[in-house]
Amino acid sequence: MRAIQYAAPRSLGDAVAILQERGNKARILAGGTDLIVQVGEDARDVDVMVDGKHIPELMELSFDPEKGLTLGAAVPCYRIYEHPEIKKHYPGLVDSTSIIGGTGIQGRASVGGNLCNSGPAADSIPTLIAYGATVRIVGANGERTVPVENFCTAPGRNVLAADELLISIHLPAPSAHSGACYLRFIPRNEMDIAVVGAGVSITLDDNGIVTAARVALAAVAPTPLFVPEAGDSLVGKAPTEEAIAAAAEIAKNTARPISDMRGTAEHRKHLVGVLTRRALHRALERARA
Amino acid sequence: MAVQIASGKVAISATINGEPQTWLSEPRETLLEALRDRLGLTGCKEGCSNGNCGACNVVMDGRLVNTCCVLAVEAQESEITTVEGLGTPDGLIPLQKNFLEEAGLQCGVCTPGFLVATKALLDKNPNPTDDEIRWWLAGNLCRCTGYDKILNAIKKTIAETTTE
Repeated sequence: MRAIQYAAPRSLGDAVAILQERGNKARILAGGTDLIVQVGEDARDVDVMVDGKHIPELMELSFDPEKGLTLGAAVPCYRIYEHPEIKKHYPGLVDSTSIIGGTGIQGRASVGGNLCNSGPAADSIPTLIAYGATVRIVGANGERTVPVENFCTAPGRNVLAADELLISIHLPAPSAHSGACYLRFIPRNEMDIAVVGAGVSITLDDNGIVTAARVALAAVAPTPLFVPEAGDSLVGKAPTEEAIAAAAEIAKNTARPISDMRGTAEHRKHLVGVLTRRALHRALERARA
Repeated sequence: MAVQIASGKVAISATINGEPQTWLSEPRETLLEALRDRLGLTGCKEGCSNGNCGACNVVMDGRLVNTCCVLAVEAQESEITTVEGLGTPDGLIPLQKNFLEEAGLQCGVCTPGFLVATKALLDKNPNPTDDEIRWWLAGNLCRCTGYDKILNAIKKTIAETTTE
């Protein structure tokens, strides 16, 4: 690896001060499973790694039934999928975090890092969008909040300015009769990058009618793709086989994938239909449980 | 600025295989490089250097990690177990003995990672199912054995432990 510098600030203010001074040559280090590899392969121009794991806000993991879930940007995957209340209230997040890399990766890699790496195939981002998550960002001019669906702007790029960092991700409190699910297709069982991923959520009223649904996709556009029309098509209806198939068809027609070594555009579109339908059925089972 | 930004070598103190150690590493060094080149713990292998193969697995503060994806400076004040901390040439742990008896290795490059990863699993879950073992070890690649012999060694170890 090229020579780099390392800092381990204890506060958001100290971290922002470094970012402000060093600009794009400074990068927040969370789990390191993307960043260290990218710098090691000269794929990212970084002079100083700013370790975020000593900043309390970035390591916070807290759940409140009224306020929802706060996920510090550097909290590793294992802390998420082993958390009893996340298992109970946010199973879609368990789906995503338990398939990112292998056990060793999950011991370090964070959802905040997955988001900031802003890969189109990131497994956690569709799930965050499906849950209606927002992110808390801080920079030299103070804090702001951004919905996850507006965070990524291009492959590897996002809305963070050079002096800003991601503090945490907030997932709304779970509604009664709600469920979510993330499914991905890869040619093997584990340890691969999504050919397509689908993250969905669904909420029912007491009569079993859909009151809200969200669908987001991985690896079918330059950024994770929110498809509001697909979820909206279910609202006000009973979640029948036909209604779910119709929502999946909308997702399929909205996806705009490319052909590459992982799959053709045609195959990916087909997969969007299949995965969206299956994920909606699984989310529905969870909503009814 | 209040925060120190390290450029040159940093003194790192950590507990490695139960022994307190202090050494110097540059910020650019991975934990894998520090273990091998600064501390002589060459059991830790460099396979892919990008987090895919698990040959460099150690347990750090109770969790399995790929040391190629950790900077040495991040190991400050941590507790680390490498394959050298499992057994000795004269005193193999049952898992190591069973890897030998069941031919769970050929070239041996992946073996330290498999041993450390499996030990971490069995410490957490002493009686895992075949599926649980295979999922846990998904990040450990072996190009020699076809995995079944590794599974046999692990299952034999579990059987010996659970019938004792």
